[in-house]
This record gives sequence, C-alpha cells and structure tokens, in this order.
Amino acid sequence: MKYLSEYRDGRVARAVVAEIKATATRPWVLMEVCGGQTHTIVKQGLDEMLGDVVEMVHGPGCPVCVTPLEQIDKALALASRPDVIFTSFGDMLRVPGSDCDLLQIRASGGSVRVVYSPLDALELARKTPDKEVVFFAVGFETTAPANAMSVWRAKELGVENFSVLVSHVTVPPAMTALLDAPDNRVQGFLAAGHVCTIMGWTEYEPIAAKYRVPIIVTGFEPLDILEGMLLAVRQLEQGRHEVENQYVRSVKRDGNQPAQDLVSRVFELVDRNWRGIGPIPRSGLGLRAEFAAFDAEKRFDVAGIRTTEPTECRAGDVLRGVLKPFDCPAFGKICTPEHPLGAPMVSSEGACAAYYNYGRFRSAV
Amino acid sequence: MTIACPIPATATDRIQLGHGSGGKMSAALLRDRFLPHFTNDILAQLGDAAIVDIGGQSVAMSTDTFVVQPLEFPGGNIGSLAVHGTVNDLAMMGARPQWLSAGFVLEEGLPFDVLDRIVRTMADAARAAGVLLVTGDTKVVERGKADGVFINTTGVGLRTADFAPAPTRARPGDAVIVSGPLGCHGIAIMTAREGLAFEAEIVSDSAALSPLVERLRERVGNAVHTLRDPTRGGLASALNEIAAAAGIGVVLDEGALPIPGPVAAACEMLGFDPLYVANEGVLVAFVTEQVADAAVEALRGHPLGRAAARVGRAVAAHPGMVVLETAIGGTRVVDMLPGDQLPRIC
Repeated sequence: MKYLSEYRDGRVARAVVAEIKATATRPWVLMEVCGGQTHTIVKQGLDEMLGDVVEMVHGPGCPVCVTPLEQIDKALALASRPDVIFTSFGDMLRVPGSDCDLLQIRASGGSVRVVYSPLDALELARKTPDKEVVFFAVGFETTAPANAMSVWRAKELGVENFSVLVSHVTVPPAMTALLDAPDNRVQGFLAAGHVCTIMGWTEYEPIAAKYRVPIIVTGFEPLDILEGMLLAVRQLEQGRHEVENQYVRSVKRDGNQPAQDLVSRVFELVDRNWRGIGPIPRSGLGLRAEFAAFDAEKRFDVAGIRTTEPTECRAGDVLRGVLKPFDCPAFGKICTPEHPLGAPMVSSEGACAAYYNYGRFRSAV
Repeated sequence: MTIACPIPATATDRIQLGHGSGGKMSAALLRDRFLPHFTNDILAQLGDAAIVDIGGQSVAMSTDTFVVQPLEFPGGNIGSLAVHGTVNDLAMMGARPQWLSAGFVLEEGLPFDVLDRIVRTMADAARAAGVLLVTGDTKVVERGKADGVFINTTGVGLRTADFAPAPTRARPGDAVIVSGPLGCHGIAIMTAREGLAFEAEIVSDSAALSPLVERLRERVGNAVHTLRDPTRGGLASALNEIAAAAGIGVVLDEGALPIPGPVAAACEMLGFDPLYVANEGVLVAFVTEQVADAAVEALRGHPLGRAAARVGRAVAAHPGMVVLETAIGGTRVVDMLPGDQLPRIC
C-alpha cells in the first residue's frame, strides 16, 4: 500500500537498527513527543529492537494522557445534562474523571456520541436545533485547525446551539517545561510530525539552541521513527544540536500558513493545566473573546469546576521520564489497565500500560 | 507509603455498551453475573456450543442474538447473519448443523419490504447452509423499544466421536491457521453505519463455515484440535480465549496475516487495529504441525478459504498470552481489550 508498506519493511528496519547501534558509543535518552509515535513504538516493538542503546521516554503528546482532570470533570458535567448531546473523539470516552468516565455517563442516560470531525458535530447541531451540541475540543496543534474551523463556521452560519469545551495544548511549552526540570534526563527529541505539518519547525530552533538538544521532526511509521532516532543519535555523537526534518514528505519549514491563520483568529494562548505535569504558562489555546458565545464553559457555567490533581499518582514523573513505570509502588499491584490509577495506564499506548503488557511477556518467557 | 486511588475503579452499577464488546468486560459480565447462577458441567465448558448427549448421540446446541445496525449492509443483512452466526458456532465444535429456531422482536413501524428482504435472505442462507428452520416466534414492541428488528436463533447439530475440536485441545506445537481475509465484516458494518465512503467497497464476509469444516474433517480429521470463528472482538480476542482455555501461548506472525488492503487502509484512517475487528465468515484452526500444509490446502480448495494461511503457532512459553512478531522485527503482547475499540485521536 502506498505510504504504508514502504515504511514497514523489516529488512530496512533491521539495517537502520544496526546503523543506530553502530553509531552510538554510549546509551542515549530520547523522547518521542507524540502519542501517535508512542503507539507505533509499542505496537511494532521498536523499543525492544533497540535494546539498551536508545532509551525512549514516552512524552506528553497524548491528549488522552494530559487533558487535566478538571476538564474531564467539566465534560462529564456537560454530558450529564439532559439538554446536551456531548460529542468527542473516540478515545476520550474512557478517560476517567473524578467519579466516572463518559462511557458510564452514556450508560446512565447521557447523550454521548463519537464523531470523527468537529464539523460532524456542527452538522449534528444544525440537524437537532432543539438540543445543545457540545464538542470536546482537545488535542495539540494538529487538531486545532479543524476545531477552529468548526467554531468559525458556527459563527458564520449563526448556529446558536453549538459550543466547544476547549482543552487545547501546544507542544513547545511542554518541551521547555520538561527541559527546565532539574531532574530532566531527555537528551534529544523526536518532534511530532503532524504538529509540525501545521506549525512548521521554526519555533523549535530556539529550543534546540538554548538547551543544546537535537530535535528531529519525525513521522509515524516504523521506519520514520527509526530514522528519526538515527538522526538524533548522530547529532548527539557529533555534539550537534539542531532541528532536522525527517518527515520531508509532509512537513515544510513554515508549516501550513492558512491553518495557522485560522487557529490564531479563533484561539489565543492561555495558561493550561497538564495532567500529571501541572500548570504551564501560555501552553494552551482558548477561544478569543469574539467567539466567547461558543465557549461551553461559559454557556453552561461549568468554568467553576476545580479539581486538584491527586499527588499520590506518579504519572507526572513517568511522563517526564524520571520514573520508570516499574519503579512506581502502585505499578501492577493496585494500578492495572482494568483499574488504572493514572492516565498512562488508561490508553493502550500509555507508558504504564505499555510496560505492563510488555513486562508480563518478559517475565513469562 | 500509602497510595490513594485518584481514579475510581471501572466497576459501576449498570450495563454499559462495552459489556457487549466480546472483550474483558463481556467476560466479567458472564463470570460475575450469570455463571454463578447456572453452574453445571456442560455450561462450564464455555465452548462456542454446548455438547450434550442424547441416547448416545453427541449433540451440539448453541444460541445467539443479533442486534446489528444497520439492518442491511454490503454482503448481507441481519437475517443471513442470524443463520451464519449460529450455524458457525455449531460447526466450530465439529458438529453438522441440522435445525434452527428463530425468534423475532419486531419494532412498530418496521417497513414490510425491509422485513421481507431480511426473511428471504435468511431462508436463502439456511438453505445454503443445509439447516432447516423448524420453529420460531414473533413479538412486536412499541416504536423506540427495539432497533427495527432483533433476531435470536438457536441451532442444533450432530457430532461424531472421531472429530471433536475444542478450545481446551490446542497444544504447544500446533500450527495456527486462518481461513480467509480478516476484518471485512466489522469494517463493512462500520462504514455503512457511519456513512464513511472509501474508494473500494468493503463487503461483509458473512457466510456459513460448515463447508470449510467438512473439508478439514475429510482431509485431516481429529488432527484439528481447535476451531473458532473470531466474531466480535476479532482474532485477538478469540486467540486469547483459546490460549487461556488450553493453557498455551500463541505467537502470531504479522507478515502472514491476510488483511485486505482496503481493510488495512480503513483501520489506519479510523485508528483501529484489524486484529480486534469482527469477522463472520472466517475460522481459526489449531492443527498439528504434521497436517498444517494439508489443512491450508484443503481450505484453499473452497472459495471461502482461498486466502487461507498459516499465521502463527502455539507454544508452551507464556501460557494464556498471545504475542505478535511484527513485520518489522519487534514483538508485542496482543491482549484482550477491556471493552469496545475506540477510534484514536492521534
């Protein structure tokens, strides 16, 4: 299949792995930023192929993992209202809030629907004028343009029963927050190729220079990721720290300008809480004042919901790469995929869930 | 150090859709709420069909209820599905399907032309599978109380002692074979339900598997240890159940899995894993290594089995666990999902 099979060739993969091992004179710690990359690494078993040469720390680029508890609780409050049809991307439905998740709200009578695009949610609002349709606008810069478009269109069309619960976050502030932490171990990054397809990579150049870390804009297929690792290891071995583009078939230096324009017309930078990491200044996107009418938090008065992240969960340390899931006292004992204590155990590509499954296999053979 | 639980357990006080997914929630529902009340040796086998003895004749009996939406989809409708699903459960225990019952729950307002199409297709499917529909029932409920039509079918089939596949009989060293392309039914239903359009139409594989089972019986007989039709929950869930029942490990070879291009493409776009997508016309067989090639050849001799392939092996290591060797050379555990597969954001 075009753009799939070429990037999943086992023979080429083994050659790249051998090249990485030949290049590295010492173990390096890299972080893949995006949850989609984590998914590929876990699904294809790439980390196992690399052995001790490259330690991959699964980064904070998974909306399922970093959407803060209080935004989940607001979603649950909205979805419980009889006048609301709550719409969301699929995998947010299982993320636990303080008391339950969206699947359980649905079982209790709430109207919760999976959509593949925010524009489908807008269309649903036009077709059901007697209901309030709320869309859960989560994700990074990748999902921001389509989410911005839904709000823009809603205003243009005068759709008054559509609103969005916004929990957008952006990548660069999270990277600098991780790098500023005194216990940081990450020495290089695989930047998220789809985020950079929208944003380009100019905003990563000052980060690479200031913190002296290689940042490789990387795609999502197995060979993309292995090549990204190779480029990062080469830079580290040569003492370079530059932004390099592995994902040339999708990413240009300046990104997608019309998409960026739309995002900045609808959204503005705001402070945002990250689940497991805490508040990061100017790390999120919120609706601009002229679109406040489409802000579900204001329309339904849920902005006051404040949930404190529990201090007992060590998910933040795992997301920052300073704690291995194995070393968490709760791991595998009171925290399992069926009964997760923290978000990284919830989704199958979460760092804790990945280690849980892999560890079961290792200890069995 | 004390650890407080910031997130409550997933247990709740009512049924969720995930309880019908064929994953861990379904298993827990059965284990916690049904089996304690109905304990007996026959039920305890938990095969695709129950095996009972009537005057020295081994008889297989199975029941299934069909609630698919949309009622009609590329490759079939709820009527053909209701025949195939139950006939296949009998065939997986090595039985020759003979008789069917059918119960219809009809919703007020269901157009007669839809009902007629469903019933006609159902009759055709029964004829082709060589089963007689010998008893039935209809009930009508108010508009809004059922999704057009629900169908329950119960089937009875006859077994012989010389062919007795069962989940518990899978052994280390067995070859794992699938009879056809994976994921077609689930993706056909999904695209019809969501109104998604792909370049190539994906057609449900819904079919009676008894002709394939007959071929295996004739060619390799009791060297067939286990048969299973990987319906809801897909191949991954079926293999996990067999691994648990037989106390074996399973190793899958990703490169050997027959996943059609359009299914793979749809799964990529929707964020699904084809290993968990439902099939309605595919069987997975555990056979001894000695007969593996003959079994594949026997399946390939039938139109339904043209894409039959060896996809893995049973091992003594990691009992109860299914492991996939990825095309790229890595390894991962293929666990059962807790509930339904959810489309991923990224």
